[in-house]
Amino acid sequence: MHVRLIDIAHARSGDKGDTANVGVIARRAEYYPLLVKYLTIERIKKHFEGIALGDVERFELPNLMALNFLLHRALGGGGTVSLKLDAQGKTLGSAMLRLELDIDETVVVEAKS
Amino acid sequence: MKPCIRIASGQGFWGDLLTAPVDQVTRGPIDYLVMDYLAEVTMSILQKQKRKDPRLGYAKDLVALMERILPLIVEKKIKVITNGGGVNPQACREAIFQAARRAGLRGLRIGIVSGDDILGDLDRFLAGGIPLKNMETGEDLASIREKVLSANVYFGAWPIVEALGQGASIVITGRTTDTGLTLAPMIHEFGWRGDDWDRMAAGTVAGHILECGGQASGGNFSADWKGIPDLAHIGFPIAETFPDGEFVITKHAGSGGLVSRQTVTEQLVYEIGDPRSYITPDCVADFTTIQLEEEGYNRLRVKGITGRSSTEFYKVSMAYLDGFTAVGTLTYAWPDALEKARAADSILRTRLDDLGLSFDEVRTELIGYNACHGPLAAPAVDLNEVVLRVGVRSHDAAAVERFGKEIAPLILTGPPSVTGFAGGRPRPSEVVAYWPALLPKGAVRPSIDVTEA
Repeated sequence: MHVRLIDIAHARSGDKGDTANVGVIARRAEYYPLLVKYLTIERIKKHFEGIALGDVERFELPNLMALNFLLHRALGGGGTVSLKLDAQGKTLGSAMLRLELDIDETVVVEAKS
Repeated sequence: MKPCIRIASGQGFWGDLLTAPVDQVTRGPIDYLVMDYLAEVTMSILQKQKRKDPRLGYAKDLVALMERILPLIVEKKIKVITNGGGVNPQACREAIFQAARRAGLRGLRIGIVSGDDILGDLDRFLAGGIPLKNMETGEDLASIREKVLSANVYFGAWPIVEALGQGASIVITGRTTDTGLTLAPMIHEFGWRGDDWDRMAAGTVAGHILECGGQASGGNFSADWKGIPDLAHIGFPIAETFPDGEFVITKHAGSGGLVSRQTVTEQLVYEIGDPRSYITPDCVADFTTIQLEEEGYNRLRVKGITGRSSTEFYKVSMAYLDGFTAVGTLTYAWPDALEKARAADSILRTRLDDLGLSFDEVRTELIGYNACHGPLAAPAVDLNEVVLRVGVRSHDAAAVERFGKEIAPLILTGPPSVTGFAGGRPRPSEVVAYWPALLPKGAVRPSIDVTEA
C-alpha cells in the first residue's frame, strides 16, 4: 500500500554547526518497524538530494519509537555563515515528512493533513 | 532529604517568552527556576558589549526579570539557576544586588561561576601542547588564531552544586551546559555521587527536556499542533524529580500547552547526535534507555535511564570573524510572480558580474515557493506573490557593501508589480563563525564565589 510519512510519523529538526538533525517519531507502535525498514540511509539521502550535500547517518531509538538522522553539510555552512533563510534547519523535519512510501505491509492509517 | 524537588524551566533561549518565568514562580509550587540564555552566537555578542563597556556582557533581560520576581522567590524560598551571566557574571550579580536593594531586600546570597572564559589563555594552551584543533575539521587553531573573538569552556553541573552547597539561593554562571543547570539541583538536594553515572544521566535527560522551555510542552509540535490547547498561555515544563533518578514532566495546572509522550519525545530527539552517547561534562547519557510512561493528563514519568563515565575533556566553543554577509529582499505580485522574481535575480546577478565583484557565495531563495524545502518544494501554481531573497557572502567588505546598492535599482529597472523595500539598503554584517574544540579538564578550573548582600 501507499502511505504518506506525515500520516504515520511526526518529526522535529535542529542544527549543530553545518549538520542538521531530523528526529522522526512513529505515531503508533505498529508504525515504528515501517520506519526502520523503509527509511534507509539511501532513501533519505536521495530524498534530501540537493539539500544534504554530505553523508547521512541514522540512529535507532526503539524505546521512543524514533529514528534520528544526521544530514551533514545541509545548512549552507551553518550559524551566521549560512545565507539560508532556514540556517538552523528548523523546517527540515517537515521536509522529511513529504516522503511517500510504497510498503508491502497493510496498516490502518488516518490522514493527518 | 526532600522526597521530591520541582525544577521549573523559565527560559529556553535569550529572547524567549518574558512572562514564562513569572508564571512559573506565581502559578504553582516550585523549588528551582532554571533559565538558559546562551546560544553560541550570544557569547560573541556579549564579548563585544563587554569590550565597549566593562560593566556589560551579560543577559540584561535577566536583571529586569529578577527585579520583578525577587520578592516572590525570597518569600517562597525558590532558588534560581541561570547561565545568563554570559561573559560577565560578576557584573550581572552586582546588577541583581542593586535590584535587590531597590526592592528593600537584604541577606541575599548569590553565587557566581566563572573561569569558563579562556580567551586570555589560548596562547598559553597552544604553547603547552594543547592544540585546540577544530573537532569537526581537524584544522589547527593557528589558521584563525588572530580572528578569535571569544573562547569559552562548557562547564557542567558541579560548579553550580558547589555554589548551592555554600548556601547560594541564586547561581549565575557563564558558559555552562544547558543540562547542567537542571542536573545541579538534583545532585545538591539528593546528595548524588559524581560517579553515579545512571543518576548523572537521568538528571542530564531532565535538563535536555527542560532546556528549550515550551518546546517540550506543546510549542513547535509537529504531530498535532492544532490540538494543543491555549498556546497563548503555554505553561513551561516542570520536572518533579526524585532521589532515585526518576522524574515526572508536568506543568502548572490551568496553564496552556500539553505535556504528553509525543510532545516530550519531540524534544528528546531535538538536536541530538548518536543517542547512545549524549556527551556532557558530567556524564555520557544513553538516550536509548529512556522509558516514558503517561501517568495522567499533563504528567509523563521518565525512567530507566543509564549513563557512562564522563570524558577527560571539556568542550570549548570559540567564535571568530570570517567575512561579511548581506541579504536583500523584494516582493513580486501576481501575475507571473515567480517568473518575475527569477528574472529579477538573473538581472541582479548579471549586474554583479558586470561590476566584477567576487563573492564566496550568492544564494537565491524564493520565499512563498522554495526557501524552506528547496528542491523538495511542490511545483508552484500561479502564486499570488513571492519574495525574492538574495544573500551574498564575501571576505571583501566592499563587495558586500556594493551588493547592497544593487537591490533598490531593481524596483524601477526590472520586472513590474514589485514592492517591499521600506527597510533601506541591505547592510553588511560580520560573519561570526564557530570553532569547536576539546580541552583536557585539568587545564582549567571553574571559579566559584558566593557573596551575601
